[in-house]
Amino acid sequence: MSAETAHHGGAHAHGAHQDGASHGSFRGYVTGFVLSVILTAIPFWLVMARPLESALWTGIVIMALAVVQIVVHMIYFLHMNTKSEGGWTILALIFTVTLVAITLVGSLWVMHHLNTNMMPMSAHDARHAP
Amino acid sequence: MMHTDTAPPGTEPVFHLEEEHHPEGSTLLGFWLYLMSDCLIFAVLFATYGVLGRNYAAGPSPKDLFDLPLVALNTAMLLFSSITYGFAMLAMDKGRQAATQGWLAVTGLFGLAFLGIELYEFSHLIHEGAGPQRSAFLSAFFTLVGTHGLHVTCGLIWLVVLMVQVGQRGLIPENQRRLMCLSMFWHFLDVIWIGVFTFVYLMGVLQ
Repeated sequence: MSAETAHHGGAHAHGAHQDGASHGSFRGYVTGFVLSVILTAIPFWLVMARPLESALWTGIVIMALAVVQIVVHMIYFLHMNTKSEGGWTILALIFTVTLVAITLVGSLWVMHHLNTNMMPMSAHDARHAP
Repeated sequence: MMHTDTAPPGTEPVFHLEEEHHPEGSTLLGFWLYLMSDCLIFAVLFATYGVLGRNYAAGPSPKDLFDLPLVALNTAMLLFSSITYGFAMLAMDKGRQAATQGWLAVTGLFGLAFLGIELYEFSHLIHEGAGPQRSAFLSAFFTLVGTHGLHVTCGLIWLVVLMVQVGQRGLIPENQRRLMCLSMFWHFLDVIWIGVFTFVYLMGVLQ
């Protein structure tokens, strides 16, 4: 009961009372930072040193690492969780991610097919195109 | 015939004159919704880049243009600014105004370094003849990365304004709320940058 009131009364006593859970902690920020450094260093190393021969696999791995790093930022820096604002932030996020996925996948898919079905253009044509 | 929807006689009408108290969370939720709509702007710009990113018009390709060590340095600047902003928020939670201002200033310097490196890169590209008019790829590149840079510029202006406000009024609840909004904005820009350096720079050089 007291925890419940403290949670709801947090807005009133905000100046004096600190609720570390919603703002993050020193440990949280440092964890997020270290993970981000690792998740940034690996893709740069993969592309600059090319330990993986296959461009396709390198591409897949760096895209996957980017997704992981975005999640890390969301959790440790933006303090996302399913409880904040009664679940409205996560709901808005899920909606946005859906729209972003439709926009990206839809555009790339449609335009790729359009490109493939276009008349072939030689390098010579491309160079002299208006 | 009598209307039944009027108040029955004898009851006092009730007027709700007092404003409902808005918890601080409502501002933060509203700002979060703004960030999500901003995310859609970037999604469209990423999609544009994804579609046009291979149309070089017989001009330079990402492999010829992008300098990965410079991009890595830029990424480091933004990442450092993210954690220093986090430290500013922790100092704010403890009510330490001088420490908050100090960390905010450090964040601003890292942000300024990021912008400086990006402007150097842009001017270098334009001097090489790889300006936004050169090809569809470069138009999409300058629009996407430029929009992100513009956001960082706005974030820096906001940061300076908030430092002045904190200096004048101290860490009052209003300023704390503003600092929390800027915190979300600043970390959000770092999230967008993850997409930029992966999708634009690394994937571009990989091709």
